Amino acid sequence: MTARITITPRKTVLDPQGRAVTGSLHALGFAEAADVRIGRFIEIRLDPPPRGGASEARERVDRMCRELLANPLIEDYRFEIES
Amino acid sequence: MSAPARTEEPGVTLERAREHGLTDEEYATACRIAGRTPSWTELGVFSVMWSEHCSYKSSRKHLRGLPTTGARVLQGPGENAGVVDIGDGWAVAFKMESHNHPSFVEPYQGAATGVGCILRDVFTMGARPIASLNSLRFGDPANARMRFLVGGVVGGIGGYGNSFGCPTVGGEISFHPSYNGNILVNAFNLGLVPADRIFLGKAAGPGNPVLYAGSRTGRDGIHGASLLASAEFDASSQDKRPTVQVGDPFAEKCLLEACLELMKTDYIVGIQDMGAAGLTSSSFEMASRAGSGVALDLDRVPRREEGMTPYEVMLSESQERMLIVVKKGHEEDAREIFRKWDLEAEVVGTVTDGGRVVATSEGRTVVDLPARPLAEEAPLYDRPAATPEWQAAVQALDPATVPLPADAGAALRALLGSPNLCAREWAWEQYDQTVRSNTVVRPGSDAAVVRIKGTGRAIALSVDCNSRWCYLDPYEGAKAAVAEAARNVAAAGAHPIGLTDCLNFGNPERPEIMWQFREAIRGLSDACRESGIPIVSGNVSFYNETEGRGIHPTPTVAVVGLLERADRHAASRFRAAGDAIVLLGTPTDELGGSEYLAVVHGREAGLPPRVDLAAEGRLRALLIAGIADGLILTAHDVSDGGLAVAAAECAILPVLRDEAPLGAEIDAGAAGLRPDAVLFGEGTGRAIVTCDPVRSRELLALAESRGVPATLAGRVGGDRLRITSAGRVLLDEETGRLVAIWRGALPRLMSTGAGTGD
Amino acid sequence: MKVAVVVFPGSNCDHDAYWSYRHLIGVETVFAWHKEADLHGADAVVLPGGFSYGDYLRCGAIASRSPVMRAVSEFARRGGPVIGICNGFQILCESGLLPGALLRNRDLRFLCRDVYLRCESNASPFTRRLERGQTIRAHIAHGEGNYFADEQTLARLEGDGRVAFRYVSPQGGDEPEWNVNGSARAIAGVLNEGKNVLGLMPHPERMDEAILGCTDGLAILEGVLGGRRAAAGAGA
Repeated sequence: MTARITITPRKTVLDPQGRAVTGSLHALGFAEAADVRIGRFIEIRLDPPPRGGASEARERVDRMCRELLANPLIEDYRFEIES
Repeated sequence: MSAPARTEEPGVTLERAREHGLTDEEYATACRIAGRTPSWTELGVFSVMWSEHCSYKSSRKHLRGLPTTGARVLQGPGENAGVVDIGDGWAVAFKMESHNHPSFVEPYQGAATGVGCILRDVFTMGARPIASLNSLRFGDPANARMRFLVGGVVGGIGGYGNSFGCPTVGGEISFHPSYNGNILVNAFNLGLVPADRIFLGKAAGPGNPVLYAGSRTGRDGIHGASLLASAEFDASSQDKRPTVQVGDPFAEKCLLEACLELMKTDYIVGIQDMGAAGLTSSSFEMASRAGSGVALDLDRVPRREEGMTPYEVMLSESQERMLIVVKKGHEEDAREIFRKWDLEAEVVGTVTDGGRVVATSEGRTVVDLPARPLAEEAPLYDRPAATPEWQAAVQALDPATVPLPADAGAALRALLGSPNLCAREWAWEQYDQTVRSNTVVRPGSDAAVVRIKGTGRAIALSVDCNSRWCYLDPYEGAKAAVAEAARNVAAAGAHPIGLTDCLNFGNPERPEIMWQFREAIRGLSDACRESGIPIVSGNVSFYNETEGRGIHPTPTVAVVGLLERADRHAASRFRAAGDAIVLLGTPTDELGGSEYLAVVHGREAGLPPRVDLAAEGRLRALLIAGIADGLILTAHDVSDGGLAVAAAECAILPVLRDEAPLGAEIDAGAAGLRPDAVLFGEGTGRAIVTCDPVRSRELLALAESRGVPATLAGRVGGDRLRITSAGRVLLDEETGRLVAIWRGALPRLMSTGAGTGD
Repeated sequence: MKVAVVVFPGSNCDHDAYWSYRHLIGVETVFAWHKEADLHGADAVVLPGGFSYGDYLRCGAIASRSPVMRAVSEFARRGGPVIGICNGFQILCESGLLPGALLRNRDLRFLCRDVYLRCESNASPFTRRLERGQTIRAHIAHGEGNYFADEQTLARLEGDGRVAFRYVSPQGGDEPEWNVNGSARAIAGVLNEGKNVLGLMPHPERMDEAILGCTDGLAILEGVLGGRRAAAGAGA
């Protein structure tokens, strides 16, 4: 069972990296690139998978995100659990 | 080469030996030493140990003549770093290393791991790293890929060094088309070690366990040392990307702290970092130095990838790993210290007698070779050398063909805004210059100064090489590199106590390159011998060539100086309006190889200015005495760009970002010299110093007693730089305009590649 | 008087803080190892600068979850003075002892240079030797010093006098070019509600000795000893 977690900066937070990359894309001719936001991707293999299956996994991964992997002040997170 | 099955290795043939970079003769020698056809893993061992980068086969013979001893030298070349005594029970361990080829392939990680490697070379001696410098050479910055390399290298040096926590206090960055296909990244580090507690890399005491500590072994950099650093680049070089090592400065910092803690105990017999050629070079070198042998169980080596072959385990260049011989019975004590720092440490072998390195894997012996021949009896070449056919032509320069500039001010502005002379703030602000709270003089001055807590002393550091001079005359150019670095530390008030070098050259199989190398060694040797500066460590990097075009010969040197009193030091910048300016040394009409000739006239020709080593020695002694006395307040040597550039730098070097530049009135004397030589000639043995005006006579008297020509040339003051000679105004520029050009050039160059000037 | 300097794997400026307190200021100083929730009876705590855990995941994120931080939180809750310098500031924010977060510098590059700070509040143990409005020289060396908090939090900080330092010009003015890392409201340091916990990005322990070129930082470190400055501010 694998958790795939995506963490992105919250909309209210200035993302200077995203802004710099937007500029570069435009310079390369991709004028349609708007509002680039750069985040983090975390993959966690759950070994052994929780007894309660995917729903328990979701609950535990959610806690992992809240307790360490994401800073709720500045980041949003979402994830998928894959068996 | 497809990955072999776990328990079977490919057979070894002459063809496979050639693929590994061995010559037929080298392979024959390998077979003789092994007493049979080598195994596949043994072939790998020979190929890395006898690569140019690890064995110095093309250079060793010529390096033997270098002066390496002195009263303060505690450890000369042959160990991981050189060590020099600085008094009060302390010593400094230092060395410089190149990471040229990996940085061209992947600049951030190439530079980062270069820093990592040199840090380990220093702390494996028992020294805590306290100062880093670097010498970087790039090609034409108008090229976008080259700017990408610059950004990556500077980023990598900062990224690794800042995280590790050793300040980067100085260095040089130069641009020249000869580096278009081969950039140079030379990383220097110096550490502090108790003089009576220096650790060496020897595997002594049969029966003692061999401990592996640090990061796990992966497939990083397999053949990095032998492959990248022992061959030219060609069109397929991009494919070599996977062999570049990736560094982890956090792991290295933990490794440092754990090793230093372990070094406070009595458990260590010998210790060495795993650098180029990884476990192979550490085990063979440690055994060879002790005259012993090592039995390795490769199955016990911590791995981070599955299915690694013995070949891969022996040759991996994964970073942040140490090999430690521990006193029998203390394995667990040592492991506990590493565990405290969340690092792995495993016993992977035992010291034996018999002088052989034997490695087993899954019950089979994969390596069984004598240690000494591999480490010390590597092939030794005396490659042919011949003066290049173009040498006489490039040395020819008829001054009559160099027109005087119509506007000396415009020439100065062009120089100050040129890539090689403009401010390097853009780079050094990306380095943490002050961590460890020891930095007394930061980048920008002639030498960095770092104090030694608890002693009242300080060390001064400078890294230098004018590669254009070395191209025009490798002997004089190398002499000049030593003279300049020594002059720079003296300008801080320190007397030189040791030197390390990084000799970067093209393909040694070409006689012209070998000639350049041997001439440079001769210059280095003569300069160090006459100046009394021992060479305690160093590095040679050959094959800096792409498709047959080599770099300018670049024998980079770093000189370490000692200041008896940290508070009696000097920096380059003028101190205050009203201070008297004194010019030391004698100007000449030599324009050969000057930045002025290159930037204003687009020419690279002539003989570089001659170096008078005795005069340099007298100048150094005067600077040191004058600064120690507090008589000389500021000092800046005259080098690239000549007097006008040096004077401008004294006026515009910022202490604080916002500080307004000073000005100066200088009568350069030098009647009879052409005005551009007065302003921009790079004649050696000179410096601009300042003193309190009431003591100027005292300074002139001191200079006379020391045999150094000195003239009271003017005053600091105003907001203009005015240089006169024989009653004529040669230059009159507003320093505010100069500082804007000088500081704006590199950021603008890096963001757009656009030309500079105003 | 005893000061504890907490050491995490990757802390670099622990020795610098130790030197300042033990040798320059002359008080008993000990190291507190991250794996133990033990501050050795210290009267003041320093979370030093560096790259704890290599700045992995987020700066200070992993360090803030160390056992020692339980002791630091308890110590702070009881009103004990705590100073977090650079990475220490990041750890204080990650652990919730201070509001806000430190993001990547606006221009995306590591910046090592001298700056100027205006002291906005001298109501804390670390700033009591400075005057409100006093401008001092300081030194930064960081890649992630861009202070962020939402508007509500910023308003509360300002209103409660919990902004400790702001980046300013050498004359103490608010010209934006002196806010080199892009921090919200040019904030360089903040205090907690009890005003006993200070987090700041600049390094006072690098600006506290004449040989290093400036001593303006000494007053910040000495503040824990108590008392006010006798003379007027040191200035730039």
